[in-house]
Amino acid sequence: MFQETQQNIKHKKTERLFRILFLMMVLLLITPVLMILGTLIVKGGPAISLEFLFTNPTNGMTEGGLFPALLGTIWLVVVALLASVPLGIAAALYLSEYAPDNWLTRAINLAIVNLAGVPSIVHALFGVGAFVIFFDFGTSILAASLTLAVMTLPVVIVATRESLQAVPQAFREACWNMGATRWQTIRRVVLPNAISGILTGIILEVSRTAGETAPIMFTGAAFYLPFLPESVFDQTMALALHLFVVATQVPNVPPSMPYGVALVLISIVLLFNAMSITFRMYLRGQKKW
Amino acid sequence: MTSNGSNENKIAIKTRNMNLWYGSFQALFDINLDVKEGMITSLIGPSGCGKTTLLRSYNRINERLGYVRIDGSIKMFGKNIYDDDVEISQLRQQVGMVFQRPNPLPLSIRDNILFAWNIHTEKENRISRSEQEDLIEKSLREVVLWDKVKDKLNSKATFLSLEEQQKLCIARLLPVKPKILLMDEPCSALDPKGTEAVEELIWRLRGEYTILIVTHNMAQARRASEECVFMLMGKMIEHDRTEKVFETPEQQETSDYIAGRYG
Ligand SMILES: Nc1ncnc2c1ncn2[C@@H]1O[C@H](COP(=O)(O)OP(=O)(O)OP(=O)(O)O)[C@@H](O)[C@H]1O
Ligand SMILES: [Mg+2]
Repeated sequence: MFQETQQNIKHKKTERLFRILFLMMVLLLITPVLMILGTLIVKGGPAISLEFLFTNPTNGMTEGGLFPALLGTIWLVVVALLASVPLGIAAALYLSEYAPDNWLTRAINLAIVNLAGVPSIVHALFGVGAFVIFFDFGTSILAASLTLAVMTLPVVIVATRESLQAVPQAFREACWNMGATRWQTIRRVVLPNAISGILTGIILEVSRTAGETAPIMFTGAAFYLPFLPESVFDQTMALALHLFVVATQVPNVPPSMPYGVALVLISIVLLFNAMSITFRMYLRGQKKW
Repeated sequence: MTSNGSNENKIAIKTRNMNLWYGSFQALFDINLDVKEGMITSLIGPSGCGKTTLLRSYNRINERLGYVRIDGSIKMFGKNIYDDDVEISQLRQQVGMVFQRPNPLPLSIRDNILFAWNIHTEKENRISRSEQEDLIEKSLREVVLWDKVKDKLNSKATFLSLEEQQKLCIARLLPVKPKILLMDEPCSALDPKGTEAVEELIWRLRGEYTILIVTHNMAQARRASEECVFMLMGKMIEHDRTEKVFETPEQQETSDYIAGRYG
């Protein structure tokens, strides 16, 4: 009784085989990530210093720091967030809370998902046409951030909609049956329960744009500026573009510098991500329904 | 039979020649039903016969689906609720709904009680903090929940037991002084003890509110309602005093159902 049979042995073998196979896939996947990070830390680490972070580039960008680019990237991401958060939330609220479930709504939803796949260079050209020229913002932080915002709107809307749909329908039913309007329901019950997910989702998506180069290159980011931006109508340097410049456009840059810039850029994105993921985990732990 | 004789002949809900379609599917056929004021009327019948559908046409929540069509009339206290000048929010203030699964809002117990009241009260007419507390206490006492939750009014309602949640779901309707309470199998998610407690509570609310309660539980319909309506396949088969329906039903279908010969 209870003895192992041939059949069991066979099953165990297969079990082990698949386990190892899947594990190898995971290792295969994370290897490049680890190699990139490792290279950056090893080669760029020595370049990092307070001076590197907080001073201007000097001597034809071959020496000094990246402060204007760092600050510029923060400007760009924050202004892009300010534009895409209210717009994206409003659009998602309409689509998930108000719009009737018909073919038009479904078509719009499908279009939004597909919009997320539009290449960033196309957004860049749209940004030039719309913000730089038509609205006459010139090449400025505003034009660049709006371009980034337009580019991220689809994912912002999708992320928001997912958070809204995670709020159980029974809550809405309860509100409507008590005579609450859609808006009262949204304001008092749906949004308070979805907002943490919405915001962390959005921050996660939009912070990724810190690494985008194409959309800001023609709309507001400059190769080199001797001064810091003072308003959204100024041009600015940005980390992603700065990396491109010091890596390929400027002669005699010390080899550690591009790696250092890349390391700072990656750290900023990771920092944003880590923050919003921690925040989300914390809020998930709090919630119960 | 009825405990308050003065209400004996008053009709709270007068349903006339009512038909209802979900798209092209007709779910209710020529319903004529008078629900007496201040009484508990139970609605029984096999699954899918249209009990929930009928209940939901009394607070017009069916309409949100967009493909529901109704004809005939439903008069509450003399007013057809399907008239153009009826404001749905006002209707739902007067006609409260209790669901099968308790669905307190993910707010504090206090905010749950005040939710409907906040919606239906003009900002200028808001009362002071202490009056609010009185209102909360009164509502919770009415559902025999006050002693259990008085020390945790600020904790989330979703942490309460199912029985307590269901009582809260009844209590939150009371501050806006509804006239009619609709309950769709309010005990079916509860254990026997919870069922008994909520049943008792509903029985206590009789007289003050007109209560229409859907149930699958024959014993419950029998002991906890004064009048009983039997429905079958979208039609109203029989409506009488509960004892009459259970002991000497007029229709063959009714006695078959009560004897357990349908699902
Ligand atoms: N939203 C809807 N769309 C289309 N048909 C529906 C909808 N809701 C209910 N129906 C149909 O209407 C009929 C009556 O349903 P209803 O839910 O009112 O029955 P019920 O008596 O409450 O059943 P149960 O005892 O199972 O709750 C059923 O045939 C059902 O399939
Ligand atoms: Mg039902």
